[in-house]
Amino acid sequence: MNTLLDVRRTLPRAAWWAACLSVSVIVLYPLWIMLSQSLKSTSEATRNPPTLYPHDLSPDNYQALGNTGAVGIWTHVGNSLFVAFGATFLTIVLATLAGYGFAKMRFVGSGLLFFLILATFMIPFQAIITPLFSILHTLGLNNTLIGLVLVYTTFQLPFGIFLMRNSFAALPASIEEAALIDGCGYLSAMIRVMLPVAVPGLISTALFTFFTSWNEFFAALVLITDEAKFTLPVTLTVLASNQLGALNWGIMQAGVAVTAIPCIVLYLVLQRYYVAGLVAGAVK
Amino acid sequence: MTATLTPAPSAAATQRRKGPWLTQRRRRQLVGLALVSPALLVVLVFFLIPLGMTFWMSLHDWPLLGEHSWVGLDNYRQAVQDQTWIDSVIFTLKYTVFITPLLFVAALALAVLINRPGRPARVFQTIFFLPVVIGFAAAAYLWLYLAQPGLGPLTDLAVHLGLGTRESNWFATSTSALVTVVLMVVWKMTGMQMILLLSGLQSIPVELTEAARIDGAGPWQSFRHVTLPLLRPTLALVLVFSVAGSLLAFDQFFIMTSGGPSNTTITAVYQIYRTSFINFDLGYGAALSALLMVVLAAVSALQMLLLRKTDHS
Repeated sequence: MNTLLDVRRTLPRAAWWAACLSVSVIVLYPLWIMLSQSLKSTSEATRNPPTLYPHDLSPDNYQALGNTGAVGIWTHVGNSLFVAFGATFLTIVLATLAGYGFAKMRFVGSGLLFFLILATFMIPFQAIITPLFSILHTLGLNNTLIGLVLVYTTFQLPFGIFLMRNSFAALPASIEEAALIDGCGYLSAMIRVMLPVAVPGLISTALFTFFTSWNEFFAALVLITDEAKFTLPVTLTVLASNQLGALNWGIMQAGVAVTAIPCIVLYLVLQRYYVAGLVAGAVK
Repeated sequence: MTATLTPAPSAAATQRRKGPWLTQRRRRQLVGLALVSPALLVVLVFFLIPLGMTFWMSLHDWPLLGEHSWVGLDNYRQAVQDQTWIDSVIFTLKYTVFITPLLFVAALALAVLINRPGRPARVFQTIFFLPVVIGFAAAAYLWLYLAQPGLGPLTDLAVHLGLGTRESNWFATSTSALVTVVLMVVWKMTGMQMILLLSGLQSIPVELTEAARIDGAGPWQSFRHVTLPLLRPTLALVLVFSVAGSLLAFDQFFIMTSGGPSNTTITAVYQIYRTSFINFDLGYGAALSALLMVVLAAVSALQMLLLRKTDHS
């Protein structure tokens, strides 16, 4: 009787571990392949059938990334960093200002304008890419990283404003009033008193914009035509097509790793904010 | 913009006539407007104007260089007869119908699996979510290698399992190419839906499922009759997200199949891309975009409706 109870108690637990571990293997397997393939020597990378792990570790593929394509990988890393940080910075500043205005300094028509900005949610940029291309052309921003920063900012703003407005709206008006009585102006009341409390919302907004801008492919493919200005995801298309004859999958996977690993690290460090923001944005 | 500020009630107005125009209240409103205006400007230039222009351009013959001329509804007339466009729409719908239930069932299963207290469950949650943070382009190139005939570890695995020969090319037929892409997307996106469903599951009070257990319901029954109905708003939301995302599919097909074999895996956005930026027929591309937008607006309106419902429940 006792053993039967033991089995009944431990079996579901063991099954749970088995299920979770198998899913983990499926999820992690491609990531392992990415890493191991990128660390193989050139001859091993093209072996058929493939080896499961690098038998002789070599940084060759990463070194080769430096002189593949027209300008080498570091320029592309720089482009991606510029676009991702640029869009993140601009989104944070604009979303904080607008979120505060919408939450605490209502004016006539502010409700309507807030709704208008949220409407951007409904139409993704894939649907208006054709005129965007024309407008950037007219503004002289076609084929520039600044243009890309502005486009990414536009499409991250609704989410950012939404999160920041909710963060500010949750704070009682008395805090701001106290600051105003103490002689702060509107702006310094916002920056010194309200902003520190809204930091979690700020981090979520920043993380989302950073991830989206770093990883975005379609707009970057369409709006940037000069290879020297490609961001990392578009650079992968160059890695895939540039070598004549057989594709070097080792270099390819090294490129994928350079694109993916910063995101993985950032996520592991700040996942609390990432998941909280995701859930807040979707469910609320 | 200042013109839209409300005129104050008349009693206050007579009083104000003596005082300064810039009252405390007005000052506050103006500061509010000033705070909002940079964001408004960006949204105006890079969203509202392009939105209006989409419809304007769609009524023109609009090559990249050279004069554009008014053609009325010709682009739309062309679209309904354009077999390539119709095929791309049908393929997009096929992809959506194929991937939505797969993603959904996988995500719900994982959400239920990790919906329990304790550190192990949180660690597994982190692992399952990992592919979500990798970009679509990186994930697509990773899987392109995994599925390469002969060379790829996944095809190698399939050979060992007796599922194919070393020469079988998964990108050679439309169906097997679609299946390969779907596998990649399921790998990458399940974690996203899992997190949303998990937050829905965790908002259900434990007392309710416990009460069902005490009343004699088994685990399956309490899941079926208590958890699922309460989860309905989240389920609906996740479904709408998933459908809208699938209708916009581009990266994965552009990278993994290049639309092939023989243009059988071209999605709607892919066809718009080819029309506008390969053929430089911007007017026709805008018309196709407008058609896509109508569908997306309908899906999103549904989403707003569902959001409002969850707000009140």
